[in-house]
Amino acid sequence: MSATPRLSVRNIRKSFGTHEVLRGISLDAHDGDVISVLGASGSGKSTFLRCINLLETADDGDIVVNGEEIAMKTTPRGRGAASRKQLDRIRSELGMVFQSFNLWSHMTILENIIEGPVQVQKRPRADCVAEAEALLEKVGIADRKDYYPAHLSGGQKQRAAIARSLAMHPKVILFDEPTSALDPELVGEVLHVMRDLAAEKMTMLVVTHEMGFARNVSNRVIFMRDGQIDCDGPPQDMFGGKGSPHFRQFIRHMETEHHAA
Amino acid sequence: MDFPFLLSTMKSLLAATPTTLGLFSLSIFFGGLLALLIVTMRVSNNIVARNFAKGYIFVFRGSPLLIQMFLVFYGLGQFGVIRHSIVWPALREPFVCAVLSLALCTGGYSAEIFRSGLRAVPPGEIEAARAAGMSGFLLLRRIIAPIAFRHALPAYSTEIVLMVKSTALASLVTVWEITGVAQRLISQTYRTMEVFMCAAALYLILNFLILQVLALIEHRLNRHNLRPAERKPSVMSAFFGARP
Repeated sequence: MSATPRLSVRNIRKSFGTHEVLRGISLDAHDGDVISVLGASGSGKSTFLRCINLLETADDGDIVVNGEEIAMKTTPRGRGAASRKQLDRIRSELGMVFQSFNLWSHMTILENIIEGPVQVQKRPRADCVAEAEALLEKVGIADRKDYYPAHLSGGQKQRAAIARSLAMHPKVILFDEPTSALDPELVGEVLHVMRDLAAEKMTMLVVTHEMGFARNVSNRVIFMRDGQIDCDGPPQDMFGGKGSPHFRQFIRHMETEHHAA
Repeated sequence: MDFPFLLSTMKSLLAATPTTLGLFSLSIFFGGLLALLIVTMRVSNNIVARNFAKGYIFVFRGSPLLIQMFLVFYGLGQFGVIRHSIVWPALREPFVCAVLSLALCTGGYSAEIFRSGLRAVPPGEIEAARAAGMSGFLLLRRIIAPIAFRHALPAYSTEIVLMVKSTALASLVTVWEITGVAQRLISQTYRTMEVFMCAAALYLILNFLILQVLALIEHRLNRHNLRPAERKPSVMSAFFGARP
């Protein structure tokens, strides 16, 4: 394990109005870590993920990607990144996969995937196209490259979105409930792709409700409650009864719901 | 039916068509640029710019274009500052005054149309672009503007057709475009019906052609909403080449 964490989050705090959503969260993700972030809705887990690439700006705390800290400044309008250039570069090194896919609707799947590499990273277009085709092959939708997002199923869209983030050669990929918007029968194909990525030692931070993924694929599970990390540890410990009482109650609840459905 | 008369009328009106098209294309061009400026101010965080844009849009949408044109044509010359400035030789020309007032007016309407397009851009798609490291002009050029323009195009097509017809008002500030020439022919011949029918037919033909072009552009830009089987090579590819 390398000395410098791929991603280091230190004491993140965030309030919306008077409601304190994140109350001091810290986390290190090392090379090849697959960290599942669990928690009831409203526990702040999506906000936490969005604070990492500054889609939300934390009120306090630092983000360090591959040893480089994102410089922040405070102006009368609020806190924000000190350098847009640095922020754009670091964002391009952090992949993000959204619950609602957010593919660019006016571009084909192939165009979606080469957009970042060509426009942001300024890599030669021909190389990007070749790589994009290989990525689409890998996620199993090579035959859909000239389709527009509107004509893909949810599972295909999410796999395209994963390919889009992989095309940027990210150091870490952030997954924000990647399977929550999918029909149950389409969840498997997306989890399958994520499982392959984990096997290839991609560093991943996954906000999810998929207990199976947390238990079997990730090497660390974090349970958030009321804007704080309630407990964390390897899945064998957490699911083996060593989690906090709140966590045990949470998984009991999730499992009952699962059986009911 | 007096075909020789209709034919000679049509010839005179056709001779005035380039003037109508000139008024139309110049005012759409400058009005479009102006609209981009106004909409930028309208959606900016600066309260002064935002309120200026709101006021501009209110004034130019809320008052008659004909009065705006009269104010530009007859009104500007009353100011010594303008009469002695270097723009006066241009502002003395009826054609320039007509283009100016048409552009000022369509600028207000188009700004609102563009704003409705901007509001229709899904926030999630902008977030995805930011997360990929896009910001500023790159984000605008690659993601926001193309999506906004697609949403705005149907309403903007209507504005363009309205502008073709609005050029007729320029006849009242002595620009010899189609309607102006038609009125002159009527005052010479007293054959109101035939001449105006010819003029109306000419506007219809112009708008028919312009609408065809706009429909083709819309069809082409809407390919992402068509089922893959419907995406035949479009007629536009004959003009602009196939997409890679």
